Amino acid sequence: MKRLPPTSIDPAQPGTQGTSGTTRAGRGSVVHFAGVTKNFAGHRALDGFDLTIQAGEFVALLGPSGSGKTTALRVLAGLEGADAGSISINGTDVSALPTNKRDMGMVFQSYSLFPHLTAGENVEFGLRMRRVGAGERRSRAADALTLVGLSAHADRFAHQLSGGQQQRVALARALVTEPRVLLLDEPLSALDAKVRVQLRDEIRRIQTELGITTLFVTHDQDEALAVADRVAVMQNGRIEQVGTPEELYTRPASPFIADFVGLSNRLPGLVRYGFAEVHGVSLPLVDPSHLDGPVQVSIRPEDIEFVAPGHGTGHGTVHGTDQSVGIAAVVVSSSFLGSLRRTTVRLADGTSVFVQHDVRLRPQPGENVCLTLTGAPVSVEAAEPPVAATVDTSSAVTVTVPGQS
Amino acid sequence: MTGAAAGHRAAHAPSRPVQVIILGLVGLVFLIPILAMVEFTMRSGLDGEHNLDRWAALFGGGFATEYRPVFVALGNSVGLAIGTVLIVLVLLVPTMVLIHLRFPRLRRLMEFVCILPISIPAIVLVVGLAPVYSVVARLAGSSVGTLAFAYGITVLPFAYRAVQSNLDAVDVRTLSEAARTLGASWLSVLLRVLVPNLRRGILAGAFISVAVVLGEFTIASLLNRINLQTALLVVSKNDPYTAVIMSLLALAFAFGLLLLIGRLGADRVRTPRRRRAAPLVPKGPS
Repeated sequence: MKRLPPTSIDPAQPGTQGTSGTTRAGRGSVVHFAGVTKNFAGHRALDGFDLTIQAGEFVALLGPSGSGKTTALRVLAGLEGADAGSISINGTDVSALPTNKRDMGMVFQSYSLFPHLTAGENVEFGLRMRRVGAGERRSRAADALTLVGLSAHADRFAHQLSGGQQQRVALARALVTEPRVLLLDEPLSALDAKVRVQLRDEIRRIQTELGITTLFVTHDQDEALAVADRVAVMQNGRIEQVGTPEELYTRPASPFIADFVGLSNRLPGLVRYGFAEVHGVSLPLVDPSHLDGPVQVSIRPEDIEFVAPGHGTGHGTVHGTDQSVGIAAVVVSSSFLGSLRRTTVRLADGTSVFVQHDVRLRPQPGENVCLTLTGAPVSVEAAEPPVAATVDTSSAVTVTVPGQS
Repeated sequence: MTGAAAGHRAAHAPSRPVQVIILGLVGLVFLIPILAMVEFTMRSGLDGEHNLDRWAALFGGGFATEYRPVFVALGNSVGLAIGTVLIVLVLLVPTMVLIHLRFPRLRRLMEFVCILPISIPAIVLVVGLAPVYSVVARLAGSSVGTLAFAYGITVLPFAYRAVQSNLDAVDVRTLSEAARTLGASWLSVLLRVLVPNLRRGILAGAFISVAVVLGEFTIASLLNRINLQTALLVVSKNDPYTAVIMSLLALAFAFGLLLLIGRLGADRVRTPRRRRAAPLVPKGPS
């Protein structure tokens, strides 16, 4: 059997994020969920869940709490039984297999090291269960600990390790048995911000190095977008959209996705002839087959720009107020966010919109500005019948623009 | 942090002399009867002399025939204690783990059922147990060992509390799920993961059970079985001194057990059983 590589860090591994897994000595397995349904006391946690994870692929399940993402992972691990549907690994149905026979490695959200065992013994546990001899067990555990950079901590107990270290040991423990699939159930959420980013990148490095099929559950979009080959966004027990991080961000299938993956503004508009009209601007649709009619349009904050050339120069003179050039708005507030600046403006109809832009522009509150839309494809959602148009003035819509610079 | 916490506590604690006085008073309450018992066993004659003759007679006299029933009864009681502990370990602990993991909604009921015996006087319990034991006697004979079933019930409240508090302190669910995903069968989960982490609660429960069983009188007496306490009563009728000596010994034994619980309960950092992690052997082509 192939062992974990004894060397831990191999930074020169660019471009191995592919989903083929063919170069990875067959480590990856194909996981297939088919119509998996799971109910909890009248609540449907999974509703005909379908997903295929290619060999060696890193897939993130992203969704708000209660969307069923953790349930999907637990069903795959066998910790929950499915009420309907099936799960197969490499074409073999594993639905009936108990957890301990599924050959999965799992890292939990809460610290799950066995408190009565040292880090080394924790890592050896899975090997012990597989009746691996003592000598091999120790050397493989040592290799796994080296892989996560903790070879010097083998003799420590969980309570002598920091949270990040504990999760690293848990990762080593999950990987040492060379499981078919690695399951990560929000492993980073208990850690503080800096450690979280570090460990996140390290998980990705190790995953790439080993080429192990990985399912990563998170509610943190940054995490999902940063590490996954593909992200599956879940809502109400179903997958709303699966795609690469870029696809999800630039071509969100629905305003829900647009809202959940990155930030987006919602403006009233109208779909006609396969385009969305918003404040007189015609925008292409992500889904051109959308039915004509009034809609809510999701627009990324970076897809909105100021058009006043003299804007923000400090003279208070604004040139672009001509309606034919852009959408008139008044600056409400503006905040400096380091690499970019976020400005809240209010449209004539009372809608407030967040715009993110270059830090060199410094709009002053009360200033009249002009906005334009860049014309990137937008996702839309049918608005409730025409009444909405009149309601619009009273309900302020907030638009946040994430940094693009 | 610990320092700050300790300082905080000290600020609210009674001053040192008050602590000593409180401890001393409480100690006296427990000590006086025990000392009185010791004094009683050493009385000699009517003129107020004291000696250790009776202690010497008991231990040095080769366990004379007159004391034999007491030792037989002691054997019975120890046997019963072991039996009761086995019931607790084999029946109660796995049940509690199962309820904790799989049927959390039954927990309230379980707690109620387990606490119940403490609220029912032993004498009332016996009224209910007597007809049951007529059946038990037919099925399992009327040996004294069958009392373990009844004792298994009377120790429930104590054993339950001890184990439950430990169960609450450990993330049993995550630990067992982690072990399951690592390939452990349920038996391995229980023996290799849960028992070591519930060790404190289980040991405390077991020792308290032993202490309760060694002190049990009512049920044994009313069901006409002989255990340490009933035998002591018989002995005390013609030799009160020996009875008191035996009581003192039983007390010391129970005291020792409780001390042991305190020891085991204390947090300690276990020293690793093994040498340092194996050196990183470079892997050959495998």
